Amino acid sequence: MGWALIRGWTVLVYLFMFLPIAVVVLLSFNASQFGSFPMTGLSLRWFAELAGNEAILRAFRTSIVLGLLTAVISTTIGVLASLALVRYRVPGRNMISTLLIAPILVPEVVLAVALLLFLNALAVNKSFALLLAGHVIFTLPFVILVVQARLVGIRRDVEEAAMSLGASPVQTFFQITLPLLSPAVLAGMLFAFTISFDDITGTLFWKPGGVETVPTQIFAMLRNSISPEINALGTVMIVLTAGLPLLGIAIARRMAMKRGG
Amino acid sequence: MGAVSLTNIVKNFGSFTAVQRMSLDIPEGAFVSLLGPSGCGKTTTLRMIAGLLDPSEGDITIAGRRVNDVPIHKRNLGLVFQNYALFPHKTIAENVAFGLKFRGVSRDDRERRVREALELVQLPDVGSRYPGQLSGGQQQRIALARAIVIEPDVLLLDEPLSALDANLREDMRVELKRIQQRVGITTVFVTHDQSEALALSDHIVVMSKGRVEQTGAPEDVYTTPATEFVARFLGASNIVEARCLAVDGDGVTVEGPGVGRLTLPRERAPQVAGPGPVKLAVRAEKLKLEPAGTAGTAPDDADDLILDGLVETVDYQGLAARYFLRVGDVQLQAINMIDSHPFAEGERVSLRLRPRDCTLLAGSTQ
Ligand SMILES: Nc1ncnc2c1ncn2[C@@H]1O[C@H](COP(=O)(O)OP(=O)(O)OP(=O)(O)O)[C@@H](O)[C@H]1O
Ligand SMILES: [Mg+2]
Repeated sequence: MGWALIRGWTVLVYLFMFLPIAVVVLLSFNASQFGSFPMTGLSLRWFAELAGNEAILRAFRTSIVLGLLTAVISTTIGVLASLALVRYRVPGRNMISTLLIAPILVPEVVLAVALLLFLNALAVNKSFALLLAGHVIFTLPFVILVVQARLVGIRRDVEEAAMSLGASPVQTFFQITLPLLSPAVLAGMLFAFTISFDDITGTLFWKPGGVETVPTQIFAMLRNSISPEINALGTVMIVLTAGLPLLGIAIARRMAMKRGG
Repeated sequence: MGAVSLTNIVKNFGSFTAVQRMSLDIPEGAFVSLLGPSGCGKTTTLRMIAGLLDPSEGDITIAGRRVNDVPIHKRNLGLVFQNYALFPHKTIAENVAFGLKFRGVSRDDRERRVREALELVQLPDVGSRYPGQLSGGQQQRIALARAIVIEPDVLLLDEPLSALDANLREDMRVELKRIQQRVGITTVFVTHDQSEALALSDHIVVMSKGRVEQTGAPEDVYTTPATEFVARFLGASNIVEARCLAVDGDGVTVEGPGVGRLTLPRERAPQVAGPGPVKLAVRAEKLKLEPAGTAGTAPDDADDLILDGLVETVDYQGLAARYFLRVGDVQLQAINMIDSHPFAEGERVSLRLRPRDCTLLAGSTQ
């Protein structure tokens, strides 16, 4: 009896969380010109409209460029920082580690305002580079956490064996450490990309005038009207942000399978 | 000068000294074991030879070249670790070929040498597999092949057999010796297992607390330990605190509790110069047990010492038994082959001891 209650309650909670998402996806295929029930028929018309909307396409391009750059920069810095923290005896490494992870713990708004004030004090204007810097700071902790965890698991003697065979430290990194690290690097990149792609709070503070990312574009559109286009856009976002990690996991699986575990 | 020499090597970790002024000369082609208990500095020494640790003091030369400032990847060494350390993302053939790529070996030569190395370790057909698909013993053979294929100046092995289970370990031991002799490569082998060291080595370096206790051929180290530590660490030894009474031309006379008075040949007591406190060391297997009363009736050696003892504990080991015996005021242990059945606890026995099987050590104060 008690268990049945808990089970029912759990189902309700999940419904509450996921039903709205399901509704958005469902309505994005609605033929009606209102973005709400009842469904009058199935159609891809809102997706087509989306593809023709210059502002949204521009926002998409911005988001993708921003996400990719964030992923690449954040992962590069993250891998280097993890190497330093795990493999070398850097003085004050605990403090550095905490500082690098801190952006996760600080509320995003606080971080956003702080960076903005800092740049004001330096008399630097808002720019795309600033927006990118903000996203890198914000995604870096996730990359570092993932990469560090993996790096700790890579035995030092494998690298030592490579060096004893004649590989310089740099060659050892690119031929041994990095390939072994690649699942974590891939995961870190996906994390960074999806977080950047999804982010709205920081982006609202940091973006220069006239630049919109997909989330800020949706936000702007919502202020005018609730167009069914937004449902279609939401569906695309869901496919992207949920699909990418799934794809990443599949790739990592395949890589591991090939090696026989 | 040997293939590898260490001169006054010291390694400090902060205020802790892991290796204390060690000098060692390893001849070309020799198989040398560093043997000692855990934490005595074996790995530290090996890693200094490899270039993975910098010595705090002293010089290291490999093949006549001082290598103190030569980084590991320029030292031309073969390293084999306890946990194999194969590259999990590369096939076996790629693992073995790895070192050849940095030596400008042509593609065809590379393939041929990888094939030869895999044949040498008797795993010719696994080239296309990944390390995760091999057993531990097979992985260690591959690690050996990978280290040998580059024709290193020295092969350095850090407890390469200790991750394997007992039966496999003995097979691998034989295999390792065969390969080493076939290739004729100078080898430094780190182990805490005395039977491995005794079976494999041309020379054993016994270490304790960062110091070399004794260096020598296995049988010399075993039969003539230079220190009490070596006597106790290699095999089971009885050490009796005794007094040296006289040293003359060809004999050293000592007297001790339990064993009474005996005269050893002069060469069994190289450290003893004159009367004073000494330690009498006797290996457990050199004490021969006989039923009480029968001993002495047919002495095949007139110098043999016959002692009376009481069996206190028997540790039955199948092929042999280990006895703890009460002899006068001291307890001695003896390891004897079992003829039909072992002596029983509480049984009175005679112990036969040949003075030339004993070793006299300086009676240190430690
Ligand atoms: N990086 C280090 N920092 C501080 N102390 C160290 C370090 N490496 C080793 N030691 C100390 O040096 C001593 C010798 O270590 P080493 O690893 O050489 O021992 P070992 O003879 O190889 O022992 P084992 O048989 O357990 O492997 C040990 O007491 C160890 O604690
Ligand atoms: Mg060790």
